[in-house]
Amino acid sequence: MLIITCPHCGPRPELEFRYGGEAHIARPADPSTLTDEEWGAFLYQRANPRGLHAERWRHVAGCGRFFNALRDTQSDFFAATYPAGTPRPDTDASGVKESGR
Amino acid sequence: MSGGFRLAAGGRIDRSRPLRFTFDGRSFRGFAGDTLASALIAEGVHLVGRSFKYHRPRGIVSAGADEPNALVGVGADEAHYTPNLRATQVELHDGLVAESQNRWPSLSFDVGAVNDLAAPLLPAGFYYKTFMWPQRAWTSFYEPKIRAAAGLGRAPGAADADRYTQHFAHCEVLVIGSGPAGLAAALAAAETGVRVILCDEQPEFGGSLLAEREAVIDGLPAADWAAAAVAELETRDNVTLLTRTTAFGYFPHNLIGLAERVTDHLGVRDPRLPRERLWQVRAAEVVIAAGAIERPIVFPENDRPGVMLADAARTYSNRYAAKPGERAVVFTAGDAGYRAALDLAAAGVTIAAIADLRPAATGALPARARAAGIDVRTATTVTGTRGRLRVSQAHLAAIKPDGSVGAAEAVPCDLVLMAGGATPSVHLFSQSRGKLGWNEALKAYVPESSVERERSAGACRGVYELGAVLADGYDKGSAAAKAAGATTAAASRSFAAKALDAGSDGFIGAAPHGRNPAFAKAFVDWQNDVTAKDIKLATREGFRSIEHIKRYTTTGMATDQGKTSNMNALGIVSDALKTPVTAIGLTTFRMPYTPTTFGIFAGHSRGALFDPVRTTPIHGWAAEQGAAFEDVSLWKRAHYFPHAGEDMHAAVARECLAVRRSVGIFDASTLGKIEVVGPDAAEFMNRMYTNAWAKLGVGRLRYGVMLREDGFVTDDGVVGRLAEDRFHVTTTTGGAPRVLQMMEDYLQTEWPDLDVWLTSTTEQWAVIAVQGPNARKVLEPLVEGIDLSPAALPHMSAATGTICGVPTRLFRVSFTGELGFEVNVPADLGRVVWEAIFAAGAPYGITPYGTETMHVLRAEKGYIIVGQETDGTATPDDVGLGWAVGKAKKDFVGKRSLARASMSAPGRKQLVGLLTQDPQVVLEEGAQIVADPAAPVPMPMVGHVTSSYASAVVGRSIALAMVKGGRARIGETLYVPMPGGTIPVTVTEPVFYDPKGERLDG
Repeated sequence: MLIITCPHCGPRPELEFRYGGEAHIARPADPSTLTDEEWGAFLYQRANPRGLHAERWRHVAGCGRFFNALRDTQSDFFAATYPAGTPRPDTDASGVKESGR
Repeated sequence: MSGGFRLAAGGRIDRSRPLRFTFDGRSFRGFAGDTLASALIAEGVHLVGRSFKYHRPRGIVSAGADEPNALVGVGADEAHYTPNLRATQVELHDGLVAESQNRWPSLSFDVGAVNDLAAPLLPAGFYYKTFMWPQRAWTSFYEPKIRAAAGLGRAPGAADADRYTQHFAHCEVLVIGSGPAGLAAALAAAETGVRVILCDEQPEFGGSLLAEREAVIDGLPAADWAAAAVAELETRDNVTLLTRTTAFGYFPHNLIGLAERVTDHLGVRDPRLPRERLWQVRAAEVVIAAGAIERPIVFPENDRPGVMLADAARTYSNRYAAKPGERAVVFTAGDAGYRAALDLAAAGVTIAAIADLRPAATGALPARARAAGIDVRTATTVTGTRGRLRVSQAHLAAIKPDGSVGAAEAVPCDLVLMAGGATPSVHLFSQSRGKLGWNEALKAYVPESSVERERSAGACRGVYELGAVLADGYDKGSAAAKAAGATTAAASRSFAAKALDAGSDGFIGAAPHGRNPAFAKAFVDWQNDVTAKDIKLATREGFRSIEHIKRYTTTGMATDQGKTSNMNALGIVSDALKTPVTAIGLTTFRMPYTPTTFGIFAGHSRGALFDPVRTTPIHGWAAEQGAAFEDVSLWKRAHYFPHAGEDMHAAVARECLAVRRSVGIFDASTLGKIEVVGPDAAEFMNRMYTNAWAKLGVGRLRYGVMLREDGFVTDDGVVGRLAEDRFHVTTTTGGAPRVLQMMEDYLQTEWPDLDVWLTSTTEQWAVIAVQGPNARKVLEPLVEGIDLSPAALPHMSAATGTICGVPTRLFRVSFTGELGFEVNVPADLGRVVWEAIFAAGAPYGITPYGTETMHVLRAEKGYIIVGQETDGTATPDDVGLGWAVGKAKKDFVGKRSLARASMSAPGRKQLVGLLTQDPQVVLEEGAQIVADPAAPVPMPMVGHVTSSYASAVVGRSIALAMVKGGRARIGETLYVPMPGGTIPVTVTEPVFYDPKGERLDG
């Protein structure tokens, strides 16, 4: 069970959170201007990196807020968590030391 | 066999507390402090089981968690029966009842032993190779027969009567294992003041120290030193001490699962205590002090009862005062065999000979053995044993300088000890995803680099000499405390240890024997009956990866997870492939470390507590009326209200007619409810739902449809606008959490600029639906401040006021097609208001109805249920809700997807009605629909039945269906092929009753 640091509440066990998929995929301001291909890409195309992944979590059994996290998909350790709407921190995989070594 | 092998003095048993127990129905005696295995050994019993495949007689091999053979079923009755327990870990208590496994009719005469004679026919992969044909026979014949013959324990015949609890804990330093390394680590960490948990799988702390005869630490005998260390730890309130507690799993982010056995060792159990307790410990730092496991030596017939690990024999003699035999042959690859020989000799066991695989034995221990007059033979191997139910001879032969094996000499004995060297116990370290490295000097894998915040100490990382182990443990304990943020450092402390050091010599692989390999069964994995020959065969058949060899031969796959067998299997593969061990790789160490009960994972989540149960405020009333309930997500909903002698069909027909003819009352409290409030509430609703909300007047209701971004219907519900900035949103019963999550997601992450608040009010409102032509007459006398007249409160409008003096949001809304109201009142007062309405309805024969009637009534009207008519691929237009989509709206969730060509392509499934040609036939929901029942198989399917009922008011069966191009097929005949025959149906409009909707006005 992972420990996830909610940017608003602090470190809590994974039980309190719900995963929300890849982060930083903004809904287009005017979807009607998109081609079918562009809209399809927005709906379905997601990154599946080996390494750092920016993803959304919701502290559903806590403050209820969505936030973003950088997680290393190889080690399951987090490099950073940050509030929704703020940019992805400039962190590389070597910054993953929140847990583990 | 009357306790003849119990030593008169010594050991850690309590001779003042004799205990009685039974094994296979025979009564035996032991003492407090015994394990089942040590008590049996003291009674001279070594034969305790039959092997998995060949049904060979098997004895006790080890003295701990690594035991592959002595698996027993324990429990006085079926409700307290546990199979496959290791006798070496079962603590004796008075009245313990144990039985052997996998034998018939008896342990000493087992019919299945014919498999042993047929062994040449049962090579590795035998089952894969043989039981191939006919395919059908595998499930019906081969597998059940093989499972019955080759099995271990049996499942208990009754539900588990015990209780299990679960517990979360936090600490700075968790120390796993309480041998010398673990105790020293705990002492160091405890001294810094941080929270320490020390756990050990045994009933007593001390680990290997409890089995030492000569070792001295700080001037005290080893076991006394351990007791003093524990006493010191007990005085500290920052230390939690857990005995009988196995660390079975290492989970991410330093979460360690501990299984504490609370009452199994008690003859009389305190009913207030659980049988076991699961500890989920989150530790800042972990010190693994798991020790090492002695390797057996792979030689022919090394599986007879009486063949055991040398350190186990030493443990039985030193710790349990149980002499494992009278005359022993020791087969060793290092000095450990000599240490065991000296300890056993001191207990009065005759050491017939020591066969040492090494060409020379020069250390202090061999010197002492020679001085004691023991027959020490170096460069010697054991080529086989004799004896039916107990070993009676060992055959010793010299290994010549050219590697060949000389003539064997039969040495009579009743005990053969194996000392193949130590294997560091790296299971937990590997579970933590740490990387192992091969240490050539130790011939062992040891921890190399960590992933989690843990460190290994002592024998589990290849440090064996007692003084070094203590120092290593203390080091690791203080380093862990420091890393966990201890503000004071542990004082430097050294331990003066004096012990017989057995060094680190060892052997992996199969010992030479010079016999025809086809007829020599040299066991590698006792529990799964895998021999050296099986592993060599696998390599000859082309297997190279150790993971494949493991699965093909099943070596290391038993409940002991290869604790004793993995390294020898690796050695044999390395030898057969002429490849270094390091190039062969290692199989995965899987949790649990030792088998763990299902009960500990289930905890209290069984029976009525398996899932949370949600009940409405009216639940008690419905139960008193004898309602039948159904589960709808976590809710218990009244399904129907049967009168005496009525089945569901009769009750539902009566309830339906009552609503259509007079008035019915229905508990709709489970509807999801969300209060959407704020200056931007209307804009938010506009974006979330397909409908247009801006122009909805205060006091009006509207049926809302919600799509996912992919354009498919995900939820629906009636929404009331109670003020300019306040919407009372209802959702489907099962969809409430999903809808709120989706609303929160958009509000927080896409449109944080909108000033809107969302609150779940599902549990705050009781919802009482009063439906039927007399509904208004029932409610009118009860309300205050609300005009129920059609002019003041038309269909799809809302009013606030009071009912029976209780504040209410009263909606005029209908899910039945009749004049209807939904009375929302605070949940606490739901039952009071319900009973008042029910009483007021008596003159009209008001009839409570359940969810089944609700379903029939809405189907008669063609109202869909999201999740029943829709399946996540239906657009609003597909289910006849195109009218609910605000065409003029610029955007809403899902709108762009609806514009894709495929979403309006011809041939999409559309909602239609179906009428069977025989009005008595009720179709099955989910049944497939075809256009031509004579078409060849696979028949093209054109749709499926989504709802189907017998309708009392229509006087026949009705059905809703999703059919390709359905609206254009109205009037056509389609077919529903069923096992009992093909049913012809006519496609109709999906409304079967009052198509003009005139009854909504009563």
